[in-house]
Amino acid sequence: MQTHIIIITLLALLAFSYFTGRKRSIATASLSKGRYNLHSRPQYYGMMVVLWAGLPALLILFLWTAFDSTVVSALTVSQLPEDVQALSEGKLSLFMNEVKNIVDSGNVSDDTNKQIAAEHYKRLSEISLLAKTVVVFVIAVLIILVALRSIKPTLQARNHVERVMTWLMIACASIAILTTVGIVFSVIFEAIQFFKAVPVTEFLFGTHWSPQTAIRADQVGGSGSFGAIPLFVGTLLISLIALTIAVPLGLMSAIYLSEYASARFRAFAKPMLEILAGIPTVVYGFFAALTVAPFIRSFGESIGLEPSSESALAAGIVMGVMIIPFVSSLSDDVISAVPQAMRDGSYGMGATKSETITQVVIPAALPGIVGGVLLAASRAIGETMIVVMAAGLAANLTVNPLEAVTTVTVQIVTLLTGDQEFDSPKTLAAFALGLGLFMVTLILNIISLHVVRKYREQYD
Amino acid sequence: MTEAMTHNIENRDEFNVEINGTVGKPLIDDPKFTTRNVDVHYGDKQAIFGVDLDVGKNEVLAMIGPSGCGKSTYLRCLNRMNDTIPICKVTGDFKLDGEDIYAKNQDPVLLRSRVGIVFQKPNPFPKSIYDNVAYGARLHGLTSNRAELDDLVEKSLIRAGLFKEVKDDLHKPGTGLSGGQQQRLCIARTIAVDPEVILMDEPTSALDPIATALIEELMIELSGKYTIAIVTHSMQQAARVSSRTAYFHMGKLVEVNDTDSVFTNPEHQLTENYITGRFG
Repeated sequence: MQTHIIIITLLALLAFSYFTGRKRSIATASLSKGRYNLHSRPQYYGMMVVLWAGLPALLILFLWTAFDSTVVSALTVSQLPEDVQALSEGKLSLFMNEVKNIVDSGNVSDDTNKQIAAEHYKRLSEISLLAKTVVVFVIAVLIILVALRSIKPTLQARNHVERVMTWLMIACASIAILTTVGIVFSVIFEAIQFFKAVPVTEFLFGTHWSPQTAIRADQVGGSGSFGAIPLFVGTLLISLIALTIAVPLGLMSAIYLSEYASARFRAFAKPMLEILAGIPTVVYGFFAALTVAPFIRSFGESIGLEPSSESALAAGIVMGVMIIPFVSSLSDDVISAVPQAMRDGSYGMGATKSETITQVVIPAALPGIVGGVLLAASRAIGETMIVVMAAGLAANLTVNPLEAVTTVTVQIVTLLTGDQEFDSPKTLAAFALGLGLFMVTLILNIISLHVVRKYREQYD
Repeated sequence: MTEAMTHNIENRDEFNVEINGTVGKPLIDDPKFTTRNVDVHYGDKQAIFGVDLDVGKNEVLAMIGPSGCGKSTYLRCLNRMNDTIPICKVTGDFKLDGEDIYAKNQDPVLLRSRVGIVFQKPNPFPKSIYDNVAYGARLHGLTSNRAELDDLVEKSLIRAGLFKEVKDDLHKPGTGLSGGQQQRLCIARTIAVDPEVILMDEPTSALDPIATALIEELMIELSGKYTIAIVTHSMQQAARVSSRTAYFHMGKLVEVNDTDSVFTNPEHQLTENYITGRFG
């Protein structure tokens, strides 16, 4: 039986066992005063049978499928002639790949060794599949039978089900955490490789970024310099410009929408604002490169400046517009959630509407507003497309918004999209940059969490 | 009151008493507030019908009546708090010391600094105790330096009977206090602005009996300096703290008299029904 057929059959079996368990619990119960004398409601008994039988069966099925080909390959290799087994690791795995190809395609190979191995592999696979089917169903059916027999009115089925559910939820939460940990470690290991080639101090404090290195030893090429300061300064510059645009605009529109606008206007304007967040960043990139950047250039020239045609300002402004909804929409929600009693208290003491908003409503909503701004900041720091299109790739160390700059994320993209060996410093630099960016956002998050918590402790 | 209850009451003869104007003494000499022909509508629904009532200087006027009778709505007209509700429409003559408070050139913001309000549910701002009390004084620029402000905060807290309990915690959040303390903080906040009138909208209905007793003592004390209008569901409270009592029913002012005579010798059948606990 194929794996997917096993799964479907198993699920059908489990569904059947649910209804059987449910029915059996009612059958074992007796009515007293119009109620069954069951500890739990009937569906919990069905659910308990399903969980007890389903989880182990599915787990075995999953593990068997995951390790199936490894075990079968190892068994096949152990049956190979000694001269083949003596091959180096790389050649042996190449040999086995060919064997698997023969099995998959059904072709006949002229190499006797491979042909024999292929037949052996095929036989073992068939045995494995059969064994898997039998084991899974025997286990499932056995547990179902045991579980069904154990159903009696005093069985605490709800407690059993809830305990299993708690563990399932813990497992789900752990997957998210483990994934994060995994990503961090994979970045750290590659970054360590990079720091073997380039000293940490050069990366952290170097002011020159030019990651061109020779691909082969006989090639002439740049020696490569990996000072990340210009990239982080560029990221910071563009993010700051974006936030300078987005925070006032977003906050003001949130205040207008929640405090002044009529309900009808709000119902119309809020979704319109949120559409801004749904525009693909590439489209923002066009807008920045084709409309905003030339405008800044001609405007700058008209007042006697010499802006470059790709500038941090153009990218920052457009990015600022992009992240307005993050600030406005979240702030609007938290401002609207401030209780009316708070406003009434302020009005009742002779405060004006604007005094009430600035001194009572905004402070009460501040944790949420900070959250919105942070979300916007992390979007700005991580944004790539707009910067590529509007701010250029030149790693200039400058705080002049009219010059071309580049950001960490843009460099990561350019480093990894070239034809490069994966262990050259140029490619590995991407991971070091990723690690640096991760650290920066982590520190930002910690600071803001701290600020919000301090505020809450004081005023909640 | 649910609709079913209202229906039930209307069907019983003893409560089917026609309200023809207000009995008792709604108008007095030398009033602080005079209100005439007050009508209030919420959208299409009329909440108050033609109320004429005066509030005397330095008196405590209690307003009682079943839920939905319009007493809170009437109270909130007195400092134009109803302006913050878009569908609410208020008509009639309102005069504070002879000055029309609904006149076109009258600013509700200034009015509310003269007529303070304490709400049913304590609503301290999410600020420290000190900042809560100093809020109004800072807005209106009542003090010119820190020492004066400290002094004002202390005095207001003393007058609200809260200072002893919080004097070491002035910079802790006001929201961390108990319900009764929060309500006294709101009273302190209101009197820090030095209003002429204090409106109280069921100020003790969310509090336990001990906190209620403290606030009632406070009201009696404050009545020497301020004019107080209080809405209450507790007839005992009205009897304890007020000098005049007004009974509202279905949006109409039924009876106004000295508190003693309202509770011992009500003139109107509806008032008698209510205070003897036959409904409400």
